[in-house]
Amino acid sequence: MFAYTMRRLLMLIPVLVGMTLITFSIVHLIPGNPAQVILGETATESAIQDLEESMGLNEPYPIQYGVYVTDLLQGDLGTSLRSKAEISTEILPRLAATFELTFFAMLFAVFIGVNAGIISAWKQNSWFDFLAMFFALVGVSMPIFWLALMEQWAFAQELGWLPAYGRENSRDPIEPITYFYVLDSFFHMDFSRMIQVLKHLILPSIALGTIPMAIIARMTRSSMLEVMNSDYIRTVRAKGSGQFLVIYKHALKNAIIPVLTVIGLQTGVLLGGAILTETIFSWPGIGRYVYEAINYRDYPVIQSGILVIAFLFVMINLIVDLLYSYIDPRIKY
Amino acid sequence: MKFRFWALMVLLLAFMLLFAACSGGEDTGATDESDGDSGGEAETESGSDGEDVLVFARGGDSESLDPGSTTDGESSRVTKQVLESLLDFDKESFDVVPGLAHDWDVSDDGLNYTFYLEEGVTFHDGTDFNAEAVKTNFERWSDPEHEYAFTDEGYVYSMYGTMFGGYKGDESHVIEEINVVNDHEIEFILKQPLGYFLQNMAMTYFPITSPAALEEYGPEINENPVGTGPFKFESWSKDDSIVLSKFEDYRIDDQPKVDSVVFEVIPDNAARLIALQSGEVDIMDGLNPDDAATVDAEQGLDLFTRDENNVGYVGLNTQKEPLDQVEVRRAINHAIDRQAIADAMYAGYANSAKNPLPPSYMGYNDEVEGYEYDLERAQELLAEAGYEDGLEIELWTMPVARPYMPDPETVAEIIQNNLAEVGIEVSIVREEWAPYLEKTLEGEQQMFMLGWSGTNGDPDYFLSSLLHGDNVGSSNRTFYENDEVDELLDQAKVSIDQDKRAELYQEAQALISEDSPMVTLVHSTPVLAAASYVNNYVPHPSTSESLAEVELEN
Amino acid sequence: MSIEEKDKQTEENVTNPAKADQQAEMEEIPETSPWKDAFRQLRKNRFALAGLIIIVIFLLIGLFSPWLTSYGYDDQVLANRLQPPSAEHWLGTDDVGRDIFTRIAYGARISLQVGFFAVVGALVFGTILGIVAGYFGRWVDMLISRIFDILLAFPSILLAIAIVAIIGASLQNALIAIAIINIPIFGRLVRSKVISLREEEYIMAAKAQGMKNGRIILHHILPNSLAPIIVQATLGFGTAILDAAALGFLGLGAQPPTPEWGEMLASSRDFIQLAPWTLIAPGLCIMLVVLGFNLIGDGLRDALDPKMKH
Repeated sequence: MFAYTMRRLLMLIPVLVGMTLITFSIVHLIPGNPAQVILGETATESAIQDLEESMGLNEPYPIQYGVYVTDLLQGDLGTSLRSKAEISTEILPRLAATFELTFFAMLFAVFIGVNAGIISAWKQNSWFDFLAMFFALVGVSMPIFWLALMEQWAFAQELGWLPAYGRENSRDPIEPITYFYVLDSFFHMDFSRMIQVLKHLILPSIALGTIPMAIIARMTRSSMLEVMNSDYIRTVRAKGSGQFLVIYKHALKNAIIPVLTVIGLQTGVLLGGAILTETIFSWPGIGRYVYEAINYRDYPVIQSGILVIAFLFVMINLIVDLLYSYIDPRIKY
Repeated sequence: MKFRFWALMVLLLAFMLLFAACSGGEDTGATDESDGDSGGEAETESGSDGEDVLVFARGGDSESLDPGSTTDGESSRVTKQVLESLLDFDKESFDVVPGLAHDWDVSDDGLNYTFYLEEGVTFHDGTDFNAEAVKTNFERWSDPEHEYAFTDEGYVYSMYGTMFGGYKGDESHVIEEINVVNDHEIEFILKQPLGYFLQNMAMTYFPITSPAALEEYGPEINENPVGTGPFKFESWSKDDSIVLSKFEDYRIDDQPKVDSVVFEVIPDNAARLIALQSGEVDIMDGLNPDDAATVDAEQGLDLFTRDENNVGYVGLNTQKEPLDQVEVRRAINHAIDRQAIADAMYAGYANSAKNPLPPSYMGYNDEVEGYEYDLERAQELLAEAGYEDGLEIELWTMPVARPYMPDPETVAEIIQNNLAEVGIEVSIVREEWAPYLEKTLEGEQQMFMLGWSGTNGDPDYFLSSLLHGDNVGSSNRTFYENDEVDELLDQAKVSIDQDKRAELYQEAQALISEDSPMVTLVHSTPVLAAASYVNNYVPHPSTSESLAEVELEN
Repeated sequence: MSIEEKDKQTEENVTNPAKADQQAEMEEIPETSPWKDAFRQLRKNRFALAGLIIIVIFLLIGLFSPWLTSYGYDDQVLANRLQPPSAEHWLGTDDVGRDIFTRIAYGARISLQVGFFAVVGALVFGTILGIVAGYFGRWVDMLISRIFDILLAFPSILLAIAIVAIIGASLQNALIAIAIINIPIFGRLVRSKVISLREEEYIMAAKAQGMKNGRIILHHILPNSLAPIIVQATLGFGTAILDAAALGFLGLGAQPPTPEWGEMLASSRDFIQLAPWTLIAPGLCIMLVVLGFNLIGDGLRDALDPKMKH
C-alpha cells in the first residue's frame, strides 16, 4: 500500500512538468504579438512596448519558463492582464463557486443515479427499468449546454419557477465567509438566504450532473444485476417481495465501487462541463473565469486557470486511485 | 413498505447533506486563510431589509476600479458612482457642466485654465478634497515615476496619454504645469491650446481619487476606489457583483436616493432579460435589439435608448490599387446598402451613417449628402475608373464583435452580396484579432472593417484619430492623407472657440466625404430596459451615467 | 459503463426472422468465429439497430443536403427573420432569415465529417504510438506513456480549449484539438492490448522463427487488437461530435456562417424568448447523433468484448 502510494506520487512528477510545459506554451504559441492582442484597436506603439516589457516577453523561452515554474512553486499564478490583480487571490472565490456547483451536481448524479440503477435492476425489464435506461442513454448523449439552455427557457423563462443566473439573490447578497454560499448562509443562520442559494443551485446542478447521473445509473444497474445472482440475494428474494429494504442496503454497499470509479472519471467531465454550465448560468466559477479570459485574451488567466483545473483533476484522480486500492485491496497495480 | 422506502430515501438525502457539510467544512479553513491575505474585504452590515437596493445588470465585469488605468466602459460605469471629476457631462449629452469644480476661467490664449473647487467636500475615507488632491491625481497619470503611478505593477494610463498628448517629458504633452493656488483653486498651464481640454476634465477616466487611499492601498487601489461620489465602494466579487452603498455625506443634499447599488454581471443577453422580467434586477444594459419590441409591449418594463456614440465603418486603403482611385471608392460607397445593414444588425436600433462623426456631436455636418444606395451610379463610376468589366477585391473582416459591429461576419457577407451586384467580386479575409490590428496598420489590406467609439464627446477623437495624415501607422488605417483636412483638424484642435471649431470640423467632413476614404456604415443606438418603478434614470451616450438621482417607487 | 441488454437479447434469440439470411451471409465471410458471433449478436441488438438507423438517416441528410432543400445554408432573407416553423420553412428561420432545416442538414455533414476525421486522426496516431510503445517497451514505452499521462491529466474539453486557444478558433483547429485529445485514449487501449498479446505463445513463436517486427505487428498484433479499437472508435465518434459542438458553442470551433450545430446554438442564444425553435432543433440533432453512436458502440462492445459475452 505504502509502496503503491509512493510510486503513484512519483509518477505525478513528469505529469506535472508536462502540464506546466503545455500551459506555458499557451502564451508563446498564439498568433501575433500578445501585447497587441491585449491592448486592442486603440493601442499606441509605446503602450505595446511597455506591456511587452512588463510581461517579460523579450527574454528567451527557457528563462521565461524557469521564471514561470519558480513563480508557480511559490504559489504565484501570475497577474491578470485585465484586472491587474493576483490570479491566486482572484481564483479562490471562484474555485469555491465551482466546488459548490460540482458538489451539488455530483450529489444529484449519485442520488438519482444510484437509486435509479438499483430500482432498475430490482425491477428488471419493467417499464421503470426501460424508461430509466432510456433516459440514461439519452443522458450520456446529452449536450449539456443545450440542456442548460432548455432548462433556462422552460423553468426560468416560461414557468418562472427558478432563477436563470448567478448564485444568490443579488438584491440580498450574502456576506461571504467561505465563499461556499450554502455554508455561509448556514453560518449566518440565515435560512431564507440558504433557500435562495439552493434555488440558484438547482438548474445548473441538474445540467452539470446529467451525464454522470446517467453513467452512474447504468453502472449501478449492471453491477447490481451481478449481485442479484448472489446466493444472499436469492435467499432474500425467495422470502418475498417485501424484502426490498434488505436488498437496498446490500445493494448500496455494492454500488460504492462503481460510483467511486465514476466520480474519479467524471470529475474531468464535470470540471470541463463547468465551463459550459457556468457560462450559461452566469455562475462566477473557475470555468467562466477561463472562458471570459479567452474572450479578453487574458493569457495569464487562461494559463493559470487551465493549470489549476488540470491540477485539481490530477489530485482527485490520485485520491480516488488511493481510496480504491484501500477499499478493495484485491486490486493490484 | 412504501412508507419505509421513502423514509430511507429521506434518510439517505439527510446523510448526503451531512456529508456535504463536513466535506465543505474542511475547505473552509483553506479559503479563510487565503482571504486574510487578499485583505480589504468589505465589512458590511448587510441588513438590507427595508432598504432601497438598485440592481443594475450588465454583460461583463469591470476590469479595474481605477478608471485612469483602464479604457474599459464597464469599469467607468461603476467608478462614475464612486469617483467624481472636476467637471461633468450634462445628463444626456457631452455638454460640459460643473463637477467638483463649480466654476472655471480660461485665458484668452487658451493656455491657462483655473478651476474653482467645491468647498467642504470630503472623500469617503474622511479626508478633505482639495487642490492638492487634484494635483496628485494628475501627476500620478502623467508621470510614470510618480510614487502612485505603480508602473512596476503594470499600470498604464493610456487614456491620459491619448487625451493629453502623451506623458511628462513628451514634447506633445499639453500640460506644462499644475499650480495649487490655494486649497480650492487650481491652475493648469498648457504648452499649447487644446480645444477639448474642458471635455477631458469631465471624462469619467480622469476623476479624483483620495490621495490617502492611494497611500493606503497602493497598487490595490484598483479594487478599492475611494472618491467623493454619491456611493461608497463596499465589495466586489469578481465576475459576479459589485456592491456600492450610499455616501451619507455626499456634497449634494438629498442624493443619492437609493441606499445601495449592485452591479450584477449576467453575460447572456437572454438570461439578463429573464432576470429583469422576474424582478431580480431593476435595470439591464445591453438589451438585444430584437427583444426591444417585447420590452416595449410588456407592462412593468420601460425601454430606453442611448444616443449613438460610435461608428462602424468599412475602411478603404487609399494607397492600394484599385482603391487609390477615388471613383472606385465612391462606387463602393454607393453600392453598399447601409439601411439594410442597420436593420439586420440592430433591428433598426441604428442609424445609417454618412459621416464618421455621430450626429449628436458638436460640428456634425448634416449638409453632407453622403452616398445613397445607387447601383447604377456605382456602375457608372466603376466604368469611369476603367473597371466596367468588374474587379476583384479583398475585404478583411474583424474576428471579434464590438458594439459598433455586433456581428462582423454577417455584415461582411451582406457587403459581399451588395458589391457582387455591381461586378465587384469580394473575397473575405479572416485574421486573428492581433494580426488583424497589426497588419491593417501596416497597410496589407484593401478593404477592412472596423469602428470607433467616442470617449470625451469631442469630434477630434473621431476625426483626427481615424483620418489625420499624422496618424497613418497608428490609428489611421485607411492611409488617407489630405493636407487640407489635416490643416483643418490641426486648427480645430488648438482653437478654444467652440463655434469656430464646429465650423472647421464641418468643413473637414465635407472634404472627407468627397474623398471617400471609408464607407461609414452605422451609428448604433444601444437599447436598454428597466422596470417601470425605476424613476429618473437617464442613459448617457458615454455608457456611464450617475445613478445618484435614480429612485425606486414602491 | 455499458447498458447490458443481455437479458433482452436472450429473449430475442428465440424469435429472429432475419436469422436464416444472416447465417447465409455469415458463411461468406472468411473470418474466424469470434467475428461471426459478434455480427450475429450485433444484428440481434435492437438498440444498436436503432442507433444505426439514426446514423444512417443523418448520413443521408448530410449527403443529400443540397437536394433536400431549395435554400442555401447561408441564404439570408432579412425580411423573413425569426419565422416560426411553417410549410415553407420546416424548422423556421433564424435571426438573419436563413432556413433552419437547411442549416441543420448541412450541419449534419459538418458534424459527421468532424467526428470522422477526428476519430480517424486519433485512431491512426493513437494506434501507431500504442503499438510502438507496447511492442518495443523500455524507454520508448516510458516516453510515450508519460506523454499520454500528461495529455490525460487535462479534462478533455479543457485540453481542447487550450489547444484551440493556441492555434486559433476555427472548425479545422477544433477538429485537430479533438483528434489530439483522443490520441492517448486509443494509444493506451492499443498499448495494453499489445502488451498482453506480446506474451502470447504464437507471437513468441513467430519471433523465434525470425519473423520481422513489422510483419508481426501487421499480421498478428493489429488484427487481434481490432475489437476494442472499433468499439472505442464508435463511442469516440459520438464524443468527438459533442466536443466539436461544445467548442462551437463557446465560439472556439466553427465560425459563422458555418452551419455547425453548436455554433447555431450559440448564435441563437439571444432569441430564446422570441424564437425558441432556433435552439431546439440544433440541440436535438446533436443529441440524436451522439445517441446513435453510443447505441452502436454499446452494441458493438457487447458483441465484441469477450468478457461481456455469455
